Amino acid sequence: MIHFVVHDENDSVGVVVVEGVKAGDTLNGWIMDQDKSIDVTAKSDIPIGHKLAIRPLASGATVIKYGVDIGKAIAPIAVGEHTHVQNLRTKRW
Amino acid sequence: MDLSKSSFWGYKRENGRVGVRNHVIVLPVDDLSNAAAEAVANNIKGTLAIPHPYGRLQFGADLDLHFRTLIGTGSNPNVAAVIVICIEDGWAKKVADGIAATGKPVAYFGIEQHGDHDTILRASKKAKEFVQWASELRREERPLKDLWVSTKCGESDTTSGCGANPTVGDAFDKLYPHGVTLVFGETTELTGGEHLVAARCRDDEVRRKFQFMFDRYQQVVEAHKTSDLRDSQPTKGNIEGGLTTIEEKALGNIQKIGRKCVIDGVLDKAEAPTKPGLWFMDSSSAAAEMVTLVAAAGYTVHFFPTGQGNVIGNPILPVIKLCANPRTVRTMSEHIDVDVSGLLRREMTPDQAGDALLECMFRTANGRLTAAEALGHREFVLTRLYESA
Repeated sequence: MIHFVVHDENDSVGVVVVEGVKAGDTLNGWIMDQDKSIDVTAKSDIPIGHKLAIRPLASGATVIKYGVDIGKAIAPIAVGEHTHVQNLRTKRW
Repeated sequence: MDLSKSSFWGYKRENGRVGVRNHVIVLPVDDLSNAAAEAVANNIKGTLAIPHPYGRLQFGADLDLHFRTLIGTGSNPNVAAVIVICIEDGWAKKVADGIAATGKPVAYFGIEQHGDHDTILRASKKAKEFVQWASELRREERPLKDLWVSTKCGESDTTSGCGANPTVGDAFDKLYPHGVTLVFGETTELTGGEHLVAARCRDDEVRRKFQFMFDRYQQVVEAHKTSDLRDSQPTKGNIEGGLTTIEEKALGNIQKIGRKCVIDGVLDKAEAPTKPGLWFMDSSSAAAEMVTLVAAAGYTVHFFPTGQGNVIGNPILPVIKLCANPRTVRTMSEHIDVDVSGLLRREMTPDQAGDALLECMFRTANGRLTAAEALGHREFVLTRLYESA
């Protein structure tokens, strides 16, 4: 069963595609562009459609999705942690 | 799906364009004429009033856009005939003359010196004549290239970028080689991925025009913003759905233009394209505004991917909704025409998802009502450029 998808293997984050993910769950991810699998343990409860980090990110680090810059971390983010407005911000506007 | 011999059943209009609907519309030029237009549509069954809040004391480019949008709406081949109503005769005639250039039946009525009662009576008599004439028009088989397909997504979430938007991209990549006329837009929602769009432009001239439109829109945002747009772009709904930044939203958005088709030209708002291919239209990212603009440019079928569940329709342009979010597909099933949530479970390939959308496109073009049509969604929203005089 796929719990989250990742666009590109160089991405920092994946997208949860099932409902009810809880902290501590072992999640199976599908890296779409390279058709690979990856396992991550959830560090937070994560709603469907929301992102989790698949690699550790320091505060200030560029966050990559689709192989492209989508903004910067504004706090350190651990693998499996919910990645959203509380720890990721746009570099534009 | 082999599209090389594909065809659909449409209404061939006087100017050669082909529509997939056969509306007789009652089009007010201004806010003051809405009541009369709605009364006519109430009197004469099978006609459709398109009320809106604008049309008074606009000037310059904003007024030009108002006229272009109204004339374009009436000229769209999904429309068989048009009744134009305005507070006075001058602008009524201007809009009617613009639509009449297509060769389709059009009549105009001014309210001043007549009042609503007499205007409604005269317009209703003409509307009855038009709707009975239109009801005898028949669909004929037309080649795929006669279809004009637009796209714009709404209430996107992260599943849009993984599922529904790439499905539109797959369909666009399949339609493009067959001479279909395509369009996308949403200028600010390319922010963070504008370099990827620029790289897809056919040549430097198209690229220069695209970059000019993109930069101009960024200046509008910079001039008016009071914060970093954190509550507007992405929207509250986008954020609820898991999208965090405009860059992330833009990269998902851009999936709609596929991986192969080339941007052949750029259009101003509501401007009609002059040849087949993929066009970029400088436009708002607000759903109803953008769909209204592409309908006015002459597009006849629309692909609308959603994540959290936008419910938009349009009075004259069938809006096909597709969604990859399994929760939205479950909780808002009455709004979704094509369920591509199987993509995220690996139960469906992108190729199969694109084919499912194309199959729905042909059925819709042949006359099947979309969810938005059946539910009565007729959002018609005019884009304003600045304050009235």
